[in-house]
Amino acid sequence: MRTYLLRRLLQAVFVLWAAYTVSFGVLYMLPSDPATIMAAGGGDASTVTPEQTAALRHQYGLDRPLAEQYGTRLLHAVHGDLGRSVQSGVPVTRMISQALPTTLQLAAAALLLSVLLGGAVALLASWTRYGPLRQLLLSLPSLGVSAPTFWVGLVLVQLFSFRWHVFPAFGDQGFDALVLPSVTLALPGAALIAQVFAKGLRTALAEPYVQTALAKGAGRGRVLFGHAVRNASAAPLTLVGIMVGNLLAGAVVVETVFARAGIGRETAAAVTAQDIPVVQGVVVLGAVAFVLTTLAVDLLLPLIDPRITTTARRAVPA
Amino acid sequence: MSAGTTGAGAAPSEPLLDIRDLRISYRGRTGPVPAVRGIDLTVRPGEVVALVGESGSGKSTAAHAVLGLLPRGGSLDGGAIRFGGTDLARLGEDALRGFRGKEIGLIPQDPMISLNPVRRIGPQVAEALLVHRLADREAAARRTLELLDEAGLPDPAVTARRYPHELSGGMCQRVLIAVALAARPRLVIADEPTSALDVTVQRRILDHIGTLTRERGIAVLLITHDLAVAADRADRVSVMARGEIVETGSVRQVLRRPAHPYTRGLLAAAPGLDGAWARVAVTVKEPAPEGPASEGSAAKGPAPEGSARDGSAVAEPTPEAPVRSAGQESALKKSAPDDGDLVVAEDLVKEFPGRRGARRPGPRAVDGVSLRIGRGETLALVGESGSGKSTTARMLVRLTGTTSGRITFTGQDITRLGGGDLRRLRRRMQIVQQSPYASLSPRLSVAEIVTEPLRAFRVGSRAERACRAAELIDRVRLPAAVLGRRAAELSGGQRQRVAIARALALEPDLVVCDEPVSALDVSSQAQVLDLLAALQADLGISCLFISHDLAVVRRIAHRVAVMRAGRIVETGPVGQVFTRPAHPYTHDLLAAVPGALAR
Repeated sequence: MRTYLLRRLLQAVFVLWAAYTVSFGVLYMLPSDPATIMAAGGGDASTVTPEQTAALRHQYGLDRPLAEQYGTRLLHAVHGDLGRSVQSGVPVTRMISQALPTTLQLAAAALLLSVLLGGAVALLASWTRYGPLRQLLLSLPSLGVSAPTFWVGLVLVQLFSFRWHVFPAFGDQGFDALVLPSVTLALPGAALIAQVFAKGLRTALAEPYVQTALAKGAGRGRVLFGHAVRNASAAPLTLVGIMVGNLLAGAVVVETVFARAGIGRETAAAVTAQDIPVVQGVVVLGAVAFVLTTLAVDLLLPLIDPRITTTARRAVPA
Repeated sequence: MSAGTTGAGAAPSEPLLDIRDLRISYRGRTGPVPAVRGIDLTVRPGEVVALVGESGSGKSTAAHAVLGLLPRGGSLDGGAIRFGGTDLARLGEDALRGFRGKEIGLIPQDPMISLNPVRRIGPQVAEALLVHRLADREAAARRTLELLDEAGLPDPAVTARRYPHELSGGMCQRVLIAVALAARPRLVIADEPTSALDVTVQRRILDHIGTLTRERGIAVLLITHDLAVAADRADRVSVMARGEIVETGSVRQVLRRPAHPYTRGLLAAAPGLDGAWARVAVTVKEPAPEGPASEGSAAKGPAPEGSARDGSAVAEPTPEAPVRSAGQESALKKSAPDDGDLVVAEDLVKEFPGRRGARRPGPRAVDGVSLRIGRGETLALVGESGSGKSTTARMLVRLTGTTSGRITFTGQDITRLGGGDLRRLRRRMQIVQQSPYASLSPRLSVAEIVTEPLRAFRVGSRAERACRAAELIDRVRLPAAVLGRRAAELSGGQRQRVAIARALALEPDLVVCDEPVSALDVSSQAQVLDLLAALQADLGISCLFISHDLAVVRRIAHRVAVMRAGRIVETGPVGQVFTRPAHPYTHDLLAAVPGALAR
């Protein structure tokens, strides 16, 4: 177990380094010049003199060779210093730590909702004996996957805020303000989970061990919850691990639509302004989140299915 | 339960289970397809009735209908299933649940997949008691240990905490027997309870089912495709074909004087250890009577001195020490320069990597196996699952690496051959896999499957290959019409013929057949074996035939090597090994073959 965790830790370090390096390379390959954007301060870039940009370039070390820039930035990053925002001069770590809580709230709520909603749809579809209802429930996921997030968000705002005045349309204060954004963010994930879980349940319910359970005299509830659910849940759990990465990307759209503060909006702003240190900070954050959730999932899977082990090969006792 | 005691005590003529005119159909693409066409079947209290038939005969469907557990798309069209006075066919799901497990237990077909893989054994057995509220949690847990013990599982407390994948197939089946008997049912339906198990395990499991049910006066409906099993275990036999029961009677009556032609066919096709397949032995081998004398002449390929040497190796019966140790190995080494041998393997060892971080290597799957296959000879490698026979074969054809040892093919050392040389070698050795359901691509037509090796080696033009495909399909006695079809449209036997045609496409010197008929019905089994034997004799190819089924082996092989735990414990000509086995393990194997009790 210890060697396994150690190996995973090394893998995580590698993933973080790779994420950092790739994002660095990609951002520097972009044709536009951050110094020019910076000097313009959000205004018209044609009013900026070459001297101003040159000074800025020197100040931020952008005139040094690329390899040197990469080296110093990486060294600082290892020490927990992700640099300062080009736009505001605020340290990136502080920016992220300030924006993180609201986004975490949103993401956590959305994740919970996805699991509950997706799980409920799949269970209900497997439970019901009424054909049309099953068909209806099973067609929901593909609907959920195909509806674009921003559109769903706008429709929800239109109905729940403007027409029925149930939830606020904008802002990030209080629980009420969390409802519509998290529902919007949760829907695609819920659809995916429902799809995979329903398929898993269907497969599990056709397995011979279900026949054995039925032959014991077990009822449908016992068979579904006592036998099928656990067997069918490994795949959705793996999916949840992958979804966490998508949630961060979804937050960009949702936070913009609902005018919430958070990592998503910071990211959107930083990308437009080509604020490289901030963008890189967000990339690293995403990588950390991804590494942690996949590790958590990999540690959880053996608890669900004893045939999966963390150690690569385990001798089966005779 | 009170009904149970009166039922058991009633006159034997009073049936416990009385099926009348049962009709079941499956939803097909063009309407309902009948699977069971009005069968009558009775089981009296404490009686063992065998329902015998090939796959697709409807026997399993009928048995599952008793429990109301028809698979998806199946529907009960009519008839009555009376069980102790209640017509189960008319009961709803909830009422049926009261019978399942409590009155009628089920022992399923494939034990390895019939237990929930993510739950421990104990709770799965206890569940059978808990669903009928026959015990509270604590009492159920206690009773579970007793049940596991009765089912013959060692150390019940430990077993109860294990997961199914940590148990062997035989142990899983014992757990399922414990489940089926937990609530003391009056009837147990055993649906091919041992067809997924090794012969020696098979016998012990069937013995155990027999003892437990007899002691408790439980009636058994035994579903099997194996007439020999039915003969050994049942009081009465019903033979089922195409959804109808064609013959019913006592075991003696049905097996000795079968009235229906279908039963006679089934009897003739069933591989036993005597009688029935003298026919094949005669057509395939020399027209000499069965017996050790015929074997010397039957082994056409190898030089007579080769077989004599083998004989001498086995003739020193040292049952305690593996025969392999001294005599046989030296015999092999002596025979190595002999140009009569196509393949010679010396002291093959295969180790699989052990537990991570463990110092010592993992268990040896193959532990010093030496064998040789003469030109035009069929060598059978016999053993139970896990004995290393498939691994040995895979090493011989270089599909898996060897840890140590030496393999020569037509005198050339091929143990470490690689790259283009290995690819050229592939042309000369082909393989027929166990399951024709898994070894043929569902996306290719039969013609494409058969010509694939030709395309891989760029043999001939497109037209020539098409021609060759037609010729091969004809060779394996399939109609030319199958060329355009896909594997899914063919029966198991037809598929295996396609696999054989594919193996023959490149005219190899050696064909490895890895349990080629174990996935087939008895009658297709017989046909495929006949075909293999005839092809082998016609084309003069050498064949390594892997099987756990001694009856099949006797039918097709010239020489036999018996494997156990990675070692060859005995080799010799078929007649000799079968009539005068030297090693105690071979004795066990022979004794375990179903049908032995009937004789």
